[in-house]
Amino acid sequence: MLTIKNLKVAVEGMEILKGINLDIKPGEVHAIMGPNGSGKSTLGNVLAGKENYEVLEGEVSFLGEDLLELAAEERAKKGLFLSFQYPVEIPGVPMVNFLKTSLNEHRKYKGLEPLTAGEFLKLMREKKEMLHLDSQLTNRSVNEGFSGGEKKKNEIFQMALLEPKLAILDETDSGLDIDALKIVAEGVNALKSPERSTIVITHYQRLLDYIVPDFVHVLYKGRIVKSAGKELALELEEKGYDWIKKELA
Amino acid sequence: MTQTVVNKIAVSEKYTSLFQVNRELLDEGSSPLLNRMRDVAIKRFEKVGVPGFKNEDYKYTNLERVFDKEYRPVFQYEKVDVDLNEVFRCDVPQLNTFTVLLINGWFYARNQQLSGLPDGVVAGSLAQLANERPELVQDYLNRQAGLSDDPLVALNTAFAKDGFFLYVPDHVVIEKPIQVINLMRSEDAVFATQRNLIIIGKNSQAKVIFCDHTLSACDFLVNNVTEVFVGRDAVVDVYTIQSQSNNANTVNSSFFKQAENSNLLTGTATLHGGLIRNNLKVSMDGEHAEAKVLGMSFTDKRQHVDNFTNIEHNKAHCLSNQLYKNVLDEDSVGAFTGRIHVARDAQKTNAFQRNNNVLLTDSAKMNTKPQLIIDADDVKCSHGATVGQIDEEALFYLRARGINEPDARLMLMNAFAHEVIQEIRVEPLRDRIDELVDKRLRGELARCHSCDRS
Ligand SMILES: Nc1ncnc2c1ncn2[C@@H]1O[C@H](COP(=O)(O)OP(=O)(O)OP(=O)(O)O)[C@@H](O)[C@H]1O
Ligand SMILES: [Mg+2]
Repeated sequence: MLTIKNLKVAVEGMEILKGINLDIKPGEVHAIMGPNGSGKSTLGNVLAGKENYEVLEGEVSFLGEDLLELAAEERAKKGLFLSFQYPVEIPGVPMVNFLKTSLNEHRKYKGLEPLTAGEFLKLMREKKEMLHLDSQLTNRSVNEGFSGGEKKKNEIFQMALLEPKLAILDETDSGLDIDALKIVAEGVNALKSPERSTIVITHYQRLLDYIVPDFVHVLYKGRIVKSAGKELALELEEKGYDWIKKELA
Repeated sequence: MTQTVVNKIAVSEKYTSLFQVNRELLDEGSSPLLNRMRDVAIKRFEKVGVPGFKNEDYKYTNLERVFDKEYRPVFQYEKVDVDLNEVFRCDVPQLNTFTVLLINGWFYARNQQLSGLPDGVVAGSLAQLANERPELVQDYLNRQAGLSDDPLVALNTAFAKDGFFLYVPDHVVIEKPIQVINLMRSEDAVFATQRNLIIIGKNSQAKVIFCDHTLSACDFLVNNVTEVFVGRDAVVDVYTIQSQSNNANTVNSSFFKQAENSNLLTGTATLHGGLIRNNLKVSMDGEHAEAKVLGMSFTDKRQHVDNFTNIEHNKAHCLSNQLYKNVLDEDSVGAFTGRIHVARDAQKTNAFQRNNNVLLTDSAKMNTKPQLIIDADDVKCSHGATVGQIDEEALFYLRARGINEPDARLMLMNAFAHEVIQEIRVEPLRDRIDELVDKRLRGELARCHSCDRS
C-alpha cells in the first residue's frame, strides 16, 4: 500500500524528518506515537502533498506509484486521506458545496457519474447518522465555528463519505469526548477491510483500544526509533518516553 | 512649471471651453432648474480642474489620462437606430423588475411604459420631469451635490441635461425593484454626463438597481452624479453593477442624505470596466439612521478601480457599516479610501469599516486608506484593512479532499466575495450576483463587447 524509504524532509530550511522508513500493507493499522514536535504531523502533511515542505531525500510509493510526484488532489483521488490535526475554518464555503464537489471529483476520477442531488443528500444523511453528527453542521461553512470535537468528527465524516484506501488520522482523538471517541472509532472500523489501511497518530492508548493497531511506531526527533506490536502503546502509556530516550542515548 | 501641470491646465481647459462653446445647446430644452446651476458649477470646476495625483482625494487615480483623450460630448438626445429593448442582451439576467433604459446618459425615448407603479410614484426622464413637474424637483436637485468640492461633480452639474428621476411620495412601498440600465453605445468615442435624482418620501420603501453596460467597445468617458434623498423611516436599497468594456472609463458620484430613523443599503459590484472611480457620500442627517455600504470589485488586465467613501455622521445614535472587498488579478490596480466623519454632536455613533483585498499576482496593486475624523467623544468606531493572498492552508485543505487547484481557488474567491453578496436584500438579485461573480472569476463573463484593447 505505502512504502516510505529514507524520507528526509525540511520545513523552512530546518530538517524535520531525518530518514523515515515505513512499510504498510493492505488491511494493516499502524499507530504512530511520539513526543510533541517529533514530526508526526509533518509526515502526515508530506504524504498528503502539502507544498511548503522540501523533500531532501528518499522515496514514497503509494499503490505502486511515486507519491511525491503527485499533486495533493491526485493523491486524494487515488485514495489517500488525511484527517487533519487542526482542520482549517473556511468561511463562505458551504459544507454542502464542498462535500459535493469533493465527492464528485472522486467519482469522476473513478469514471463514475456524479451523484444526483437526491443520492447525495441520502448518502450524507446516512453518514451523519452513523457518526451522530449534528445535522445542522452541514448547513454551515466548512468548519466555521465548529467546536474542537465537531471539527474532528467532521474529518471522519468526510472520510466516511470518501472511503479512502489509506487514511491517516492525525490526533483525531484529541478534543473528542468519551462517547464521541467511541462513535468515531466505530466509524473508522466500519471502513475496515483487507484492502484498506490506516495510520493512527495519537498520544493516547485509549483510541487504540477501539482501533486496534497491528504495529506501533515511536517517532522521535524525525526518526522512527522503535516499532513493535500493540503492547508497545500500553507500555508507553505506563512509562512515558524517557526509557526510549535513554535507550537511544 | 513641470510638464504635468501644463498638461493639467490644457486638459481642464478643454472641458471649460467645451462648456463655453456649447452654452446655448446646454440650456436648450432644459428646465431652468438645471440651467441656473451651470455657471456656478463650471467656475467651481475651473478652480480645481481635472484632479491629478496632487489632489489628495484622487492620489491613487490619475484621471488626466482618461480626460485627455478626444471624445464627442452628447449634449442632445441622439436617436438610436435600433430598438434597445431588443438589442440589449446582457449577462445580468432579467430580474422581475420595472426596467428603464438610458443611452449615453439620456433617458431612452422608446422605453416601455412603466405600468403598475403605486399611485403618486413618478419615474422617468429628469430632463422631462424637471420641465413638467418642477415642484417635485426643485427642493432636491443639487442640494447635496452642490455642496461638494469635487470638481467632477461640478463638471457634471455644468453639463447635466438628463438622467433617471424617481419620486416616491410618503407612505408608499414599491415591492418590485426598479432597474435602471445605463447603456453606452456609439461608433466613436463619447463623453456622457448623466444626472440622477431619487427622492424617497417618509416611511416609504424602494429598491433601485443601476446596471452600467457598454454595447460597443469605443472609448467612453462617463461622468455620473446620483443624488438620493431618504425620508424619515424610509427603507431604501440602491445597487450598482458595473460591467462595461475595459475601454469605458467612469466617474460615478453618489450622494445619500438620510433623515431620522431611515435605513439605507447601498452596494457596488464592479465586474468589468477600464478606469472606474466611485465616490460615495452618506450624510446621516437624522438620529437613529442606519446605513450599510458595500462594495466589491474583481479586476484583471490593466483595470483600475478606486472607491472613495465618505460617511458623515451629523446626528446622534446612527449606525454605519462599510464592507469593501476586492480581488485583483494580473496588472490591475485598486484603491479604497474610507472616510468616516463623526460631527461634534453625533454622540452614540456606531461607525464601522472594513476593507479586505486579495492579490492574485505580484503585479496587482492595492492602496487602502481609512480616514477617521471623530469630533464626538461617546462613539464606537472601528476600521480594518487587509491585503493578502489566497489562504494557503484553506487551499491545501480543499485540495487534500480531491478538489483540483483552480476549482479550489475559485471556491475560496467566491467565498471571499460571498460575505458581501449575502448582505444584498433583494433575494433574486443576490443569487444573480452570486452567479455573475462566479462567472467573472472563471473568466466566463463576456464583456458586452469583447474587443477590448487593454
Ligand atoms: N511550517 C513550519 N515552520 C517552522 N517549523 C515547523 C513548521 N511545521 C512544523 N515545524 C516544526 O517541525 C517540528 C515537528 O512538527 P510536527 O507538527 O510535525 O510535530 P508533531 O509530532 O505532530 O507534534 P504534536 O504531537 O505536538 O502534534 C516542530 O518542531 C515544529 O515546530
Ligand atoms: Mg501533530
